[in-house]
Amino acid sequence: MNKIALIIQREYITRVRKKSFIIMTLLTPFLFALIFIIPALVMTNEDKEFKKIAVIEDGSDLFTNVIADTRDVDFEYLSGVKLNDIKNTFSEMGYYGVLYISPDLVTNPDAIQLISRKQPPIGLLDHISGSLEKEIERQKLLAYNIENLDEILRTINTSVRVQTIKMDETGSARETSTGISMALAYIGGFLMYMLVFMFGSMVMRGVIEEKTNRIVEVIVSSVKPVQLMLGKIIGVALVGLTQFALWIVLTLALVMIVKTNLLPEGTMEQIQQLPRSLAEADQSVPGAATTTVTPEQLTEFQEIFAGALNQPWGLIIFSFIFYFLTGYLLYASLFAAIGSAVDNETETQQFMLPVTIPIILGLVVAMGTMQNPESSLSFWFSIIPFTSPIVMMARIPFDVPAWEIALSMGLMLLTIFGAVWMAAKIYRTGILMYGKKTSYKELWKWLTYKG
Amino acid sequence: MILFEAKDVTKRFATQTALDGVSVSVPEQSIYGLLGPNGAGKTTLIRIINQITAPDSGELFLNGRPMRQEDVNIIGYLPEERGLYKKMKVGEQALYLAQLKGLNHSEAMRRLKYWFKKLDIIDWWDKKVEELSKGMQQKVQFVTTVLHEPRLLIFDEPFTGFDPINVKQIKEEILFLRERGATIIFSTHNMSSVEELCDNITLINKAHTILEGSVEKIRHEWAGNEFEIVFAGEVTPSPNGHFTVLSSAFDEGKSKVLVKAAEPVDNNAILSAMTAAGTVLSFNPALPSMNEIFIRVVETKNRESAKN
Repeated sequence: MNKIALIIQREYITRVRKKSFIIMTLLTPFLFALIFIIPALVMTNEDKEFKKIAVIEDGSDLFTNVIADTRDVDFEYLSGVKLNDIKNTFSEMGYYGVLYISPDLVTNPDAIQLISRKQPPIGLLDHISGSLEKEIERQKLLAYNIENLDEILRTINTSVRVQTIKMDETGSARETSTGISMALAYIGGFLMYMLVFMFGSMVMRGVIEEKTNRIVEVIVSSVKPVQLMLGKIIGVALVGLTQFALWIVLTLALVMIVKTNLLPEGTMEQIQQLPRSLAEADQSVPGAATTTVTPEQLTEFQEIFAGALNQPWGLIIFSFIFYFLTGYLLYASLFAAIGSAVDNETETQQFMLPVTIPIILGLVVAMGTMQNPESSLSFWFSIIPFTSPIVMMARIPFDVPAWEIALSMGLMLLTIFGAVWMAAKIYRTGILMYGKKTSYKELWKWLTYKG
Repeated sequence: MILFEAKDVTKRFATQTALDGVSVSVPEQSIYGLLGPNGAGKTTLIRIINQITAPDSGELFLNGRPMRQEDVNIIGYLPEERGLYKKMKVGEQALYLAQLKGLNHSEAMRRLKYWFKKLDIIDWWDKKVEELSKGMQQKVQFVTTVLHEPRLLIFDEPFTGFDPINVKQIKEEILFLRERGATIIFSTHNMSSVEELCDNITLINKAHTILEGSVEKIRHEWAGNEFEIVFAGEVTPSPNGHFTVLSSAFDEGKSKVLVKAAEPVDNNAILSAMTAAGTVLSFNPALPSMNEIFIRVVETKNRESAKN
């Protein structure tokens, strides 16, 4: 068998068999699945209990029956009851809360209170204020004595809901959800940072292990140092890809299991209907005002799924794998060079700093990128190879021009060649040097050694 | 027939010269000792032979032709600083190293079983390396060095860390390997093993060769006109113009006397003086040990260079 293949095989198998690998691989999907499942559970299970709310108007009936009952909430209009009569006893009387409307509400928007034992859901408050606002508007308009007022109102009644739609150059539009893009940017950038760091330093520890064990001398009498280094880097990369693939598969499996077993009936159907309603939405995008189909029907939960489904998944996954491999290769070769230059792990500190600074900088810029994906800072950091894997992953959910991605990827590939070449030079000399504390000057000499 | 030859090898590192014009030539099927104080350049020379580092100048020949990178496949190298992957199982690891040397899986397996049985370490096959004692690990490493039946074996300090029984066992194996046709270069500080094993040596000091040749010849050259005579009974010969007595010891009915011959050396005159003194059991030139020669040569050299 080819020697480098043998090295890759050993690096791969010894790592994959480790307990820590197996535990990490099995546990992480639970964390990922929780990230997906918890918001869904929270939204679908949001306070479904039936509520009764007592409405008290202080001596007037301006707003009687103005607030319509909803699926979960009934409004009972109590006349002749004072707030103080019921204030302390509504809970025992079976009410969720008391809505107190003061007669001067028309002139004073603060003259309304909802008293309850628990924090009322936002949706309920929106419903109440929305209904009352409309009624107050109607009553104010009524005061102008306009003919056919109801008719006019019906025709001008408009519902506005901001959908963010970005047009790409071909003119086709896509509905995006900024929230989902931000979440993806965050996950992509952070995961990239974590993986590059984790597997990069795994390579470094492997190199140090071989050096301190002195096994390296036996091995380099059979293979060239650069073969050993590349074998290790590739072997660990395969470990990373294996873990990543297992994470995706296991996470999806978990999400599926939870969806079918834990989410309430009907959720699945709602999700399945989404693509269809989205397709309709898409077609009618240019005349957004006529889009009467979707917005009202989409619950918040559905919207999140719709946004998620609408992401450029192919591009995201492709870029993620590309940037993981290249970013890893870049940093792993630097880490390998560091590992070869020191005698033990504590000595790595002095060389780690210049290597970790770009990674951390990348992460910091990536976090800012989520707020402002088109800033020139984000642009440059997503082009410069040392930070581009992390920053570009944070930009991609927000749509990045193809040429920028191509430029970033091209520069990345060029840099890798340089980094691997440099690392191989340092590594070749470093792994056989013992006892002396290595300085940067020394490293430079190793780089310029010939032969 | 010369199997391996290094001509005029020089290697400089940033701050020092490790080898300066060193040449060695190793006859086939012999054991060649590479001696020298710590830091003399032995390990550098060994690394150069193994193609781990390249010399700044000088040439290496194998079988009379210039050495190539692929030639490392016919070399077995046991480094001084030995190490194995601690978390790997012994058998697995030996198999891995054997395959790196170019053996296929089944052949490597067959030979490993043979050697593991021979050196009594077969029970350790499935143990992790970190569970083994240092001596055991050394044996495993010895096996992985010789497994691919290299024509040229290089042992850097092969006996450190072994108990006397294992030292004897390894010595026997080294002699056995030579018998089977291997050529062996080994570096050591253990001079008694040099006398026992080596056919030829090179002594390197501060990057230069200061002594080389066959062990036999060197010891005779350094004999310094001394003779060891063993008498029956307690006998002390009285010195005459031909010799002086350096020491004399009586033990278990025999006297061991060391004499120094005066110039010009007349062996017959000394011998007849001895036979006159008592019953001579043996009369031999007293060969200095390699240990003495080592110390004398290196110290002389260091004094010389201190003067310059």
